[in-house]
Amino acid sequence: MLNKYPLWKTLMVLFIVAVGALYASPNLYGEDPAVQISGLRGVEITASTLDTVKKELADENIPFSNIVLDNGQILARFLSTEEQLKARDLLIDNLGENYSVALNLTPATPKWLAQLGGTPMKLGLDLSGGVSFLMEVNMKVAINKATTNIIDSFRADLRSEKIRYRSVKETDKGVQVVFRKAEDLEEAESFIKKKFGDLLLTTDSDKLTLTAAMTDAKIKEVRDYALQQNITIIRNRVNELGVAEPLVQRQGKKHIVIELPGVQDTAVAKAILSATATIDFRMVDTEGDLASALNGRVPASSEILYEQDGKPVLLKKRVMLEGSHIVDAKSGFDEYSRPQVNIDLDAAGGSKISNFTKSNIGKPMATVFIEYKPTKNKDAEGNTIFEKVEEVISVATIQSRLGNSFRITGAGSQAEAHSLALLLRAGALIAPIQIVEERTVGPTLGAENVKLGFQAILMGFGLVFIFMMIYYRAFGVVANLALGANLVLIIGVMSLIPGATLTLPGMAGIVLTVGMAVDANVLIFERIREEIRAGKSVQQAIHQGYDAAFSTIIDANITTLIAALILFAVGTGPIKGFAVTLSIGILTSMFTAVIGTRMVVNAVWGGKRLDKLSI
Amino acid sequence: MQILQLKETLAFMRYRKVALIFSLLLMCASVFSLSTNKLSLGLDFTGGTLIEVGFKEPADLTKVRDVLDKNGYSDAVVQLYGSSRDVVIRLAEREGVKVELLGDQVLNTIKEGTGVELDMRRIEFVGGSVGDELAEQGGLAMLTALICILVYVAFRFEWRFALGSVIALFHDVLLTLGLFSFLKIEFDLTVLAAILAVIGYSLNDTIVVSDRIRENFRKVRDSSASEIIDISLTQTLSRTFITSITTLLVLAALFFRGGELIHGFATALLFGVFVGTYSSVYVASSVALALGISKEDLIPEVIEKEGADQEQMMP
Repeated sequence: MLNKYPLWKTLMVLFIVAVGALYASPNLYGEDPAVQISGLRGVEITASTLDTVKKELADENIPFSNIVLDNGQILARFLSTEEQLKARDLLIDNLGENYSVALNLTPATPKWLAQLGGTPMKLGLDLSGGVSFLMEVNMKVAINKATTNIIDSFRADLRSEKIRYRSVKETDKGVQVVFRKAEDLEEAESFIKKKFGDLLLTTDSDKLTLTAAMTDAKIKEVRDYALQQNITIIRNRVNELGVAEPLVQRQGKKHIVIELPGVQDTAVAKAILSATATIDFRMVDTEGDLASALNGRVPASSEILYEQDGKPVLLKKRVMLEGSHIVDAKSGFDEYSRPQVNIDLDAAGGSKISNFTKSNIGKPMATVFIEYKPTKNKDAEGNTIFEKVEEVISVATIQSRLGNSFRITGAGSQAEAHSLALLLRAGALIAPIQIVEERTVGPTLGAENVKLGFQAILMGFGLVFIFMMIYYRAFGVVANLALGANLVLIIGVMSLIPGATLTLPGMAGIVLTVGMAVDANVLIFERIREEIRAGKSVQQAIHQGYDAAFSTIIDANITTLIAALILFAVGTGPIKGFAVTLSIGILTSMFTAVIGTRMVVNAVWGGKRLDKLSI
Repeated sequence: MQILQLKETLAFMRYRKVALIFSLLLMCASVFSLSTNKLSLGLDFTGGTLIEVGFKEPADLTKVRDVLDKNGYSDAVVQLYGSSRDVVIRLAEREGVKVELLGDQVLNTIKEGTGVELDMRRIEFVGGSVGDELAEQGGLAMLTALICILVYVAFRFEWRFALGSVIALFHDVLLTLGLFSFLKIEFDLTVLAAILAVIGYSLNDTIVVSDRIRENFRKVRDSSASEIIDISLTQTLSRTFITSITTLLVLAALFFRGGELIHGFATALLFGVFVGTYSSVYVASSVALALGISKEDLIPEVIEKEGADQEQMMP
């Protein structure tokens, strides 16, 4: 029989739309004001932290609707923003500076829905308000540093191998070593080839030179490392900002995107992001008396600094080694599988620490982390005043004379070792970064954009609904059903895909999809009318109409999809949002406009003897 | 209801010479406008700083300009944005000042200088190098889109259609750019997105028409190529109108309700839908005709096969 769908097909369509509706539904529930607490500098949130928070809140009589420890973070929900703000102020004061307390709006999705993976759509910064930065890593500096390292190690290694050379210098083709004798050149070539596998060597036996250039792979490695290091450091700093759901992401070859929803005071954010942290290695003053120093009798050449847990340490003022000599620091395990941190120094740093530690074996050495933190005070010109914060992050005993590469053991847990390695690397930024783009959207503009976007979507929908109903009557209603289902599916898919963000251009994309999704139905319906005019029976006309329009619809949509995908590939931020909704809209509209309407049409008109059609 | 009920075939192709001259004139005008007026590129491409502030009362632009002038921001461009309360201030990159701090400084200057209550609506700062990169990427995106579409249409239809549709797309993009430079509307990233959407829309139209032409070449006997194109255009005309109407309806909603940020986007698409509809009739089809499209080109076996497997793909 013509125009009858098998039951399974009908059920499948209904099932897909139902699933779409299920995942779109979290957007209907609002958001709860909440406070999010996370640990800083390797501090872990435990069940006892949770108890402390609960107790603090209870003591101050601040009611909360729900409080959980999840993913190393505590999330406390409140009934009103007033209680949320009170709770935040209280917790900031009482928890101390090792915890970040951030305001958050948490989706009020019911538990069963959240367990099924249902979450509301993520709003872009242009809708939620907040600030986004694009930071550029200075790759030139990174490459230069890598080159300098090669020069240093060539000098040191050739000397220790007793290969005599005339000079080592940087040329535009790479690092060039000039030798006195051909034998030295040969010896050096085979040695360097063995030790530095990632260098391209060319030799000139007439001029007695050897030129070493970094391979493309090595250059890529240097760049990737510089980028990754900066991302790690920025993540750490962003956590200190106490922003709920920040985003720090690599973009392209040298850029980092940072999105901080809800942040209005960009001055502080910028200050923290571009602040520099350094590391110093200093000797612990073992001769001085800590107790008397604490009472005010500090030796002239020493000072008291504190460890993270507040333990005082008496340190020599003289800096043994600056963190700028650190090339790399990694956490790992020693032979007894205790956590340790491996540190690599550049050649200058290596000889410095070697000289220093020679005479200090058995004595404790401290690592000091120095950071410039913005304070709440501002100077006359309105610029934030920075405060120098020094903190002892590790005290270790020097076991032997140290060289280019050494390790710190006894750093505590693996998490602490990891955190120490991270801090050490932070003190030795390979390549400086710079803000190259900033977009701040105020909360009023954000809210206004949401309102405008919704109005435009509703109005666009309304106009098309009315038009289709007048023009195609009963079939117009079917097309409208498909449009409605399409909107539900777009929202469902957007909510389900973790990376998809709704932006203002994205909303425009939804509106545009509405206009264009109707096209498929217009094509089909016009074709059905044509077939009826040509004298075909009603059932035949429906069948032919869908049949003939199908390949046109596919071709037309695929080409639009090509344009949307290219937009997605090159676009950033809001534009990507447009490309995402457009692509999703094209795919879902093909389903609803062709398969969805056919199901309804078949169910209502299919298989019956009809003389006329309401089209 | 029926807007168009055509008994006769309209002789579209009879006027194709006139349309050709019309299109060429418009394209020349666009090129002329682009070379004299240039595109007023937005912050996204030029780099610089933009600050949008909202005043509680209608803003006094002269006062804002005065305040900025006195404090050393004499190059600032101050304009109303959408309403009498919203003001946009644009500044070029400057030496000596840390660019990322400029926005906040200007905001404070206005706050103190005017003494009027205002709130920060947005601050955007784009470094010059980023702008250059974006412009390059944007151009590249447009080019890639055109090439991908050319390949797809050539694969699905025939090279004459592919060339016709890509020339039509080029025509649409050029005219839209021309309009933006003529009216001196700011060209930013969202407008670029709109132009890619115009490409998508115009292509949609072209493909529907080409599809019908291909079908009629197979079905209709004893007709010349131009007659077949006329028949096809007439048959699809009613669909072309209705889809244009629905799209224009939603675009009108965006234009009037979408707010200032979406204005350029909606303008580009509104215009693009008009040119796109026109070009799928007169540019794409007449180029294919001029290139000598004929029955033989469209009835190779491959296409017959495609028709056959449609039965299985059908819902």
